[in-house]
Amino acid sequence: MLKAIGARSIDDLFAPIPPEYRLKRDLHVPKQMSEAEIVQWFKDRAAENADGYASFLGAGAYFHYRPVIIDALISRGEFLTAYTPYQAEISQGTLQSIFEFQSMICELTGMEVANASMYDGSTAMTEAAMMAVRLTGRKAAVMARSIHPEYREVLTTYARHQDMPVSSVGYQDDGRVKVAELEKYVDENCACVIIQSPNFFGTIEDVEAVADLAHRKGALLVVGISEAVSLGIVKPPSEADIVAMEGQGFGVPLGFGGPYAGVIATKEKFVRQMPGRLVGETKDSKGRRGYVLTLSTREQHIRREKATSNICTNQALIALMANIFMTVYGKGLKELARHNLAKAAYASEHFAKRAKVLFPGAPRFNEFVVESSEDPYVINSRLLEQRIIGGFPLRKFYPELGNAALWCCTELTSRAAIDTAVAAVAVSKEPLTNEAPEPEVVR
Amino acid sequence: MNERIKKATRHVNQNEGLIFEKSSPGKVAYKLPPLDVPDVDAHKLLGDLERKDLGNMPEVSEIEIIRHFTRMSTWNYAIDLGMYPLGSCTMKYNPRVNEHVARLDGIANSHPYQPERASQGALRIMQTLRECLMDITGMEAITLQPAAGAHGEMTGILLVRAFLQSKGNPRKKILIPDSAHGTNPATAAICGYSVENLKSNAAGMVDVPSLVAQMNEDVAALMLTNPNTLGVFEQEIHKIAQILHDKGGLLYMDGANMNALVGKVRPGDFGVDVMHLNLHKTFSTPHGGGGPGSGPVACKKFLEPFLPIPVVITKSDGTLGFDYNRPQAIGRVRAFYGNFGMFVRALAYIMANGPDGLRETTEDAVLNANYIRKGLEGVYDLPYNTPSMHEVVFSDRLQTKKGVKTGDIAKRLIDYGFHPYTVSFPLIVHGAMMIEPTESESKEELDLLIDALRNIAGEVEQTPEFVLEAPHTTRVSRLDEVTAARKPVLRWKP
Repeated sequence: MLKAIGARSIDDLFAPIPPEYRLKRDLHVPKQMSEAEIVQWFKDRAAENADGYASFLGAGAYFHYRPVIIDALISRGEFLTAYTPYQAEISQGTLQSIFEFQSMICELTGMEVANASMYDGSTAMTEAAMMAVRLTGRKAAVMARSIHPEYREVLTTYARHQDMPVSSVGYQDDGRVKVAELEKYVDENCACVIIQSPNFFGTIEDVEAVADLAHRKGALLVVGISEAVSLGIVKPPSEADIVAMEGQGFGVPLGFGGPYAGVIATKEKFVRQMPGRLVGETKDSKGRRGYVLTLSTREQHIRREKATSNICTNQALIALMANIFMTVYGKGLKELARHNLAKAAYASEHFAKRAKVLFPGAPRFNEFVVESSEDPYVINSRLLEQRIIGGFPLRKFYPELGNAALWCCTELTSRAAIDTAVAAVAVSKEPLTNEAPEPEVVR
Repeated sequence: MNERIKKATRHVNQNEGLIFEKSSPGKVAYKLPPLDVPDVDAHKLLGDLERKDLGNMPEVSEIEIIRHFTRMSTWNYAIDLGMYPLGSCTMKYNPRVNEHVARLDGIANSHPYQPERASQGALRIMQTLRECLMDITGMEAITLQPAAGAHGEMTGILLVRAFLQSKGNPRKKILIPDSAHGTNPATAAICGYSVENLKSNAAGMVDVPSLVAQMNEDVAALMLTNPNTLGVFEQEIHKIAQILHDKGGLLYMDGANMNALVGKVRPGDFGVDVMHLNLHKTFSTPHGGGGPGSGPVACKKFLEPFLPIPVVITKSDGTLGFDYNRPQAIGRVRAFYGNFGMFVRALAYIMANGPDGLRETTEDAVLNANYIRKGLEGVYDLPYNTPSMHEVVFSDRLQTKKGVKTGDIAKRLIDYGFHPYTVSFPLIVHGAMMIEPTESESKEELDLLIDALRNIAGEVEQTPEFVLEAPHTTRVSRLDEVTAARKPVLRWKP
């Protein structure tokens, strides 16, 4: 090949690189390993990761059963190793599957259009807020403190550089956003109200009431969903203007936090301000049905600095996992969701006998908050010895909640594990209080 | 005409409607285990917030689902079927051992919030990958958090902004060469900067006198892809860095084309301050029909305080953990720690190669691109004669005389059994045909591509209308994109 090119050596081909910058040593990376060694190295790492433990962690990442056909199908090279479907004639498989994904997301969220995916729930929520700013021509956003704290951090990071003031509103005794306080922030400068439902405490928000409040003042409502499976049994947030969703619960491995798949769904009239890829149905030159990426004049490769977002590569294969999961369960999502509801109801009822289950009065899905007299980190250490990972201590994000922890049960949580966890929580002695803090304003 | 097509033959593939059209009441593809806790009345627990029905969600059996997706999959082109010469996309082979290790239970099922002492394996994977990528780039700090290349760009530019802000002035502008990828200007805008175009010189490189003229105290950074989108190494890179640094600006490198450099030269050594990598390009993680990607951002020491939280650290007891206490951090760009599953795959790729393998990979990528260049020179117009690294950009100038454009040639290439090259990009080349073979391709596959493109050039001369109507062998012919955009149908309805 060198001869054909007319080069004497490989080094000739690197002549454009000034010699003084060329690397004259080997890279400091592990020496070449055989496949067997690589597999063993990762098996050893897997063993250091609480492999096989029962877990009560949710908080934005949910351990659901993954039907085996998901991996069987996404491992087909034609899906796994395909590029973004810009060349529609040889990408109909990916395109039709995205079209079905968009359709099912609409069906489940009560929205009219959905995109092909965003990076994750946190960036979907953030991009939804930016979309609301473009749609309303207003600058500010107000978000509930009961949104996943890391989602709020992401929103704050983006907002800081876009002159988007973001105010934060606390939660009520029932765990829902303080509607009375929201009123104060929703004014003629407010582009959107952002809530999450079920929220970070597992509480289902009164979406209708918040929507009324936002709409009265001409603001949009963005509803985040971090536990997709809740849609099987919880009324969809149809009153929202934009739904920003995390699809991980739909058959995506926990994978230490990613890759997951965010989605934005909205009303048809807002579609031209939507970020991300969209697949539309059309016909070919012979009148046959086919699918293409469409409305790309919103996107960076056409609009450059005037694009609705800089997003390019998204999470297509993960959206395909969610797509297959939704297809496997179909209408049975309701039964799956009911199992989650039942496990969490059983667990919260039993925890309530030994500790305080916070935020009574509003319905929950599969998560609930338990306040113990003992430090939850200590409880969790005890549980870890029994190969159980306890609830997520909330103190880190909500110092005012003291010894409270967020517990999650899914269809995979066994009654035996619940009983063991309940037994590990010491009976609370002190009276427990719940003082909501002053609202913080983030700029 | 068909006897010229050596790589592909037509074959039967199955028709398949939308899943909703196959649905019929009562079919199921799952079974839940019996509940081991008392069942609940959802209405009692949720009241009015209970969902009444699931509308048009499909009801199908398992075999129908398997066939549905398998049939659809056969309508896709993929690396596993052949070469994907998409310039700047680095569509290389995706090793299957990567997929295997990413699916090990202890890796796939680890929760991001499980205690650090029960996450040492995951943290070790992250730490090892960080060390590898820092050495590969010649950088001193890194975050793995960004989910894709464009997300990495944003993170990198936010680091620039935070650093400049800490010096008192975040500045106003980002300079971007006219050959840049569209995400660069879109990113600058998201980070609150205005964009100023920087023109290329006759050799396709940054025009240094223009840079000198445009560089001032308002410019925060230059976003440069190197090798650039023409596949040309910016030979005056150090001068470019110097010009920026002299006026207090920073040099951002878009690492989309890092596959031309790994093991041969390090951006940190030639003056780059901050850059992103695309693990789904250079480090072999699968593109998956449009993601997931992963876009780690590597930088020099002075930018480290600004990295997003959390950062992996080695604690005093020797275990690994996350550091959240970083007062100067830009914040967070996504929940949790990034696309961890891609870290696993990228690290497995690095291990399978080792230092020699990584260097040879780069050499083969550059060798393959130059072999294609030689094979097509004269047949297609080469707008820039500058030496090519890992990709080569031709134009359709010779073919437009017959009314055939780059997009038409690309569509005809499909009939020959290849995915098209990158069409009409970079924008500085009118009618661009951008070809990147990667190291994965054998000489046989490269020869087939050269042969196909030479044949198509002949067809353009003899039967241009045939090329204009391509592809001729696919399930669907060219699709009506105009109607799709004017009257969008974005979901199925009964």
